[in-house]
Amino acid sequence: MDEETFCRADAADIAYLAGQLGSHKVTPASALSEDYAHDELSGVSGMPDVLVRAESAQDVVTVMRYAHERRIPVVARGSGTGLVGAAVAVRGGILLETLRMNHILELDERNFCVTVEPGVLLMELTAFCEGKGYLYPPDPGEKSATIGGNISTNAGGMRAVKYGVTRDWVRGLEVVLPGGETVTLGGKMVKHSSGFDLKDLIIGSEGTLGVITKAIVKIIPLPPVSLSLLVPFADIATAIQAVPALIRSGEDLTALEFMERTAIEAAEEYLGKRFPDSGSPAYLLLTISGDSEARADALYRRAAELCIGLGASDVFRVDTQERKDAVWKARGAFLEAIKASTTAMDECDVVVPRTEVAAFIAYTQELARGIGLRIPSFGHAGDGNLHIYLCRDGLPADVFENRLQQAFDAMYRKAAEMGGLVSGEHGIGSAKRAYLARQLGPVQMRLMRSIKRAFDPHGILNPDKVI
Amino acid sequence: MHIMVCIKQVPATSQVEVDERTGVLKRDGSAAKINPYDLYALEAALKLREETDGRVDVISMGPPQAKAALLEALHIGADAGYLLTDRRFAGSDVLATARALCAGILACGRYDLILCGKQTTDGDTAQVGPEVAELLGIEHASYVQRLTADSQAVVAEINMGEGTLVQRIPFPCLLTVEKDINTPRLPSYRRSLTMDEQQITVRTLGDLAADDPRLYGLSGSPTQVERIFPPEAQTGRVYWTGTAEQIADQAYALLAARKYI
Repeated sequence: MDEETFCRADAADIAYLAGQLGSHKVTPASALSEDYAHDELSGVSGMPDVLVRAESAQDVVTVMRYAHERRIPVVARGSGTGLVGAAVAVRGGILLETLRMNHILELDERNFCVTVEPGVLLMELTAFCEGKGYLYPPDPGEKSATIGGNISTNAGGMRAVKYGVTRDWVRGLEVVLPGGETVTLGGKMVKHSSGFDLKDLIIGSEGTLGVITKAIVKIIPLPPVSLSLLVPFADIATAIQAVPALIRSGEDLTALEFMERTAIEAAEEYLGKRFPDSGSPAYLLLTISGDSEARADALYRRAAELCIGLGASDVFRVDTQERKDAVWKARGAFLEAIKASTTAMDECDVVVPRTEVAAFIAYTQELARGIGLRIPSFGHAGDGNLHIYLCRDGLPADVFENRLQQAFDAMYRKAAEMGGLVSGEHGIGSAKRAYLARQLGPVQMRLMRSIKRAFDPHGILNPDKVI
Repeated sequence: MHIMVCIKQVPATSQVEVDERTGVLKRDGSAAKINPYDLYALEAALKLREETDGRVDVISMGPPQAKAALLEALHIGADAGYLLTDRRFAGSDVLATARALCAGILACGRYDLILCGKQTTDGDTAQVGPEVAELLGIEHASYVQRLTADSQAVVAEINMGEGTLVQRIPFPCLLTVEKDINTPRLPSYRRSLTMDEQQITVRTLGDLAADDPRLYGLSGSPTQVERIFPPEAQTGRVYWTGTAEQIADQAYALLAARKYI
């Protein structure tokens, strides 16, 4: 996959695409907003030569067939809310946006699944399902992300501790390969043992193997009653140390998040709204659900007792819609809030075994002091996935860059030592490639590159990403 | 400072069922919560208590199960609760409700400040608070969006719609507070272990120094609900194209035809 093999999309290519697809779907770089040159966070940037706003799977086929012939790079993009540069056209070429492919095609109540186009937003799918009395369990914080994007990064989210991640909820995919062939992977069936599971290769491949044009996702009946417990602790160590015991207890937890007061304060500042309680240095946020008020209440009391026994200073009940909004909207705004609190930042999304979360947080705090960086964190304590932010604040750019590299280097080494991995849910994209290669080693990287070559012999799909 | 907060138990969801025969809201069997607007009043009271070292009581008129709302208020931070419950209170309109609350508050003692939410989510009249104040013969202000107090009076920033009025109001007085005057604190599990129904006093109409029982409940209500029904939802859409002026003309013509203007 040499650089020489790629072509830029020139005026003739753009004219061809406009002729085939309709000019309203094709925008040359000169008329594009700078927003298309980056994603939500990473320092990765690159302007495509042309943006194609696909409206159907056929549009995707047209683009892929042409790009394959002409050796033009293609980067699929949803809402552009990624954090590692995966949906940035670092080699120019075609940026293939799927936001107009935003139809919910079918609700199959007998097979408990929904068929969607890739540009449906997570919040649209959630609202659609809840309106019909169902739950699509994956709950990443970024609700304006597309389902296509969620599948491409194997997004996790707040309910992973109980329900798993996006991968666990995808039954089938329709994927267009470079060259324009369309494959249907999986389907509505509950299980199969029919050859390699190519669907699972596509999930989490960050647009390097094919472009998703349709997805069949699983749903479940909406649990009638759910409530959360906001649990204050005197320090972060006690809070995190309570996590393994909470999981071992057998309580049926839907979510188990941790947050430090600094993240809460940033959210208060960002949202212009006070959090219901910010008097403690650290909090756990748990969600339980039951099939009746009485059952949920019994679960609440048992979980509350357990938390008190594990050193919580109190337990606050988050039961009504207003209370859930006050707590969970702040939790959902942490990333944006921390971003707004500093001049520049980068993030580390490591995942470690749950038993190591407390030690890892302690390590980042030590690192913050040692290197001289502000490093607030929050994350999914229940599944070992941490979101650690490295904030520039008043540091000169070169000093920040230097400390950032030191901190990343140290944190990824530490995570690997603990048996963790580079990314829990945000993906590798462009920003974390070096750390992935370093940790996985040459054999695994060779296997991944071979797989990539099998799907995409000319390497036109999202070059310079992941592997 | 002695503060009384008036609270009401309301249905937990906005999907309220109505008894078609009587027009009364069906409350049995459905999940209930404290009227969300009242939580701002309770929080404002608790904040004043922290600053001035007083006590905060809560009062509610409602069926026996409204005790749960008072209990939750205790778990949030109130010191004592009073439930006014009697079959003869059933069917109260805003005036009869205000009469019952007035009598109930008088039976509880002297209060410097009475706080209410600006309205309820099930009735939405915003009248009960001011009516209680009128019946008690005390000063009152509605839609307070900021509040401080000293030992003699409150200083209230009142949302007047097109402006803000800042007024010093001497005790005793009643205020209804705006949504978002604060962020209400959450019910505490630790408080739930120490605060129980013992801290709630239940009073019937007979316990109150009520002048004439006919002034309460349905018989004491000059307004009767004729019919309650969910508002019609219009989901149809019309798309217009053209210049801004053409579209504005079309919009005007439609609004005029529908008699909105």
